[in-house]
Amino acid sequence: MYRMRSWSVRNARWLKRAYAGFETFLVWLNPLWRRIGYDRLEKPFVAVEKVTKGVLLDSQSCGQCIVGFTGLSCPMNCPKKLRNGPCGGVRANGSCEVKPNMKCVWVLAWEGNKRFRDNGYPIQVVQPAVDNRLIGTSAWLREVRHRSGASGSASREV
Amino acid sequence: MKFDDEPLVPGHPLPIRPGHASPGRLERVLRAGAFAVTAEISPPDSADPNEVYERAALFDGHVDAINATDGSGANCHMSSVGMCALLTRRGYAMVLQMSARDRNRIAIQGDVLGAAAMGVYNVLCLTGDGVDVGDHPGAKPVFDVDCMSMLSMVRGMRDDGQFLSGRKLSSPPKVFLGAAANPFAPPFDYRPLRLEKKVASGAQFVQTQYCYDMDMFRNYMAAVRDAGTHERVFILAGVGPLASARSAEWIRSNVPGIHIPDSVIRRLKGADDQKEEGVRICIDMINELREIEGVHGIHIMAFRQEDRVGEIVERSGVLGDREPWRPRYDWDKLAPSEDAVARD
Repeated sequence: MYRMRSWSVRNARWLKRAYAGFETFLVWLNPLWRRIGYDRLEKPFVAVEKVTKGVLLDSQSCGQCIVGFTGLSCPMNCPKKLRNGPCGGVRANGSCEVKPNMKCVWVLAWEGNKRFRDNGYPIQVVQPAVDNRLIGTSAWLREVRHRSGASGSASREV
Repeated sequence: MKFDDEPLVPGHPLPIRPGHASPGRLERVLRAGAFAVTAEISPPDSADPNEVYERAALFDGHVDAINATDGSGANCHMSSVGMCALLTRRGYAMVLQMSARDRNRIAIQGDVLGAAAMGVYNVLCLTGDGVDVGDHPGAKPVFDVDCMSMLSMVRGMRDDGQFLSGRKLSSPPKVFLGAAANPFAPPFDYRPLRLEKKVASGAQFVQTQYCYDMDMFRNYMAAVRDAGTHERVFILAGVGPLASARSAEWIRSNVPGIHIPDSVIRRLKGADDQKEEGVRICIDMINELREIEGVHGIHIMAFRQEDRVGEIVERSGVLGDREPWRPRYDWDKLAPSEDAVARD
């Protein structure tokens, strides 16, 4: 899936838009989700997310997705689990310090960020430390609940 | 550099001046506009405090603060908290390096409180090298927080007086917050922005990776100045003597994040006494660095050549006519007793 990861970053601009549209769609469907019940939806959502985000982004399912800030490069692929940018160990050719055969997740994130061409770079937003309790839960569902004003802790989805 | 309100007892805090975050000497020196000199102490593989004192004494009168490294290169040594605790007893201004590699948020916050209580007024937040490069490659890499979230966490402890959880502190740690910067690793055009992000997270000073490539560093500093970042953070440029052309080649291919250009290696190769040439290169670089606008000091990492730090500082003339604080060894006579100090 490594090749797919690079492809997603190269196409970060329109992918991010598509993703945002998809999310709005999910939020629009909120009355339906509410009727079914969030708790019952958790498992299927996690399963779908794992497959789609797994294929597209090599997502590690941290449950608090921030790929919108990272040029669609999943930061949890960083061996140091950095969520705020590259460490000082990046090799001269742009490879990871720990895994020399992998391109640095944050070198990719910066490439993706440059494609966003928004006002300012989303990569500059300081991300809090991971909440370990949320790992493996659905980031989409949390975002839908958050954006439709339902209870549930806020995450910052794409 | 002595201040008129120096404490009588070594290691006791200086009064915190308006606009200062800490009662420490390093912040005083930097905010006074002096060109600061810091150095990295080599941590012993030992439980003997005298080894720490001896290593620190090499820097007496030459540096403004000493960095205690935290398992650098992912190798096991005496802890940075332990070294700082020993050296603050003698009055040294310590920079506690805190790596995210070995501690989670609970341990980090506890160590910050403990260190501040022992007179450590500077904390340098680092991500840390991966465990794979060190002497315990089978260790669990923690990385619960990263350097950025660590900075904002410690800033929250200091400025908001609370743990990351929101629980209140009865007395916040008054620390001057530092970070590392590596202008010499990809993505190069992002590095100045990364510095800006560290400042936004709470960094008040940064110490850079070894600056051997002056052209690259000048480009970096130009971008930093364009953004005005150098007005919001004190930048100490990293330097250090290379022992030989061979060791320089080894370092650049084996130590993550260190960039040494061919020109430096050629200069070493062409010298009769390579070790001496390494010191000369270091001195030349210090003199180039002090001319760069936005550089507020130097940080000397003289790995295995700590005994030459004093010489490098003196020969470069970087201190001008300034004399940094040095410990006095007659304070047994000043302080009535250990107990009286503890009660104070």
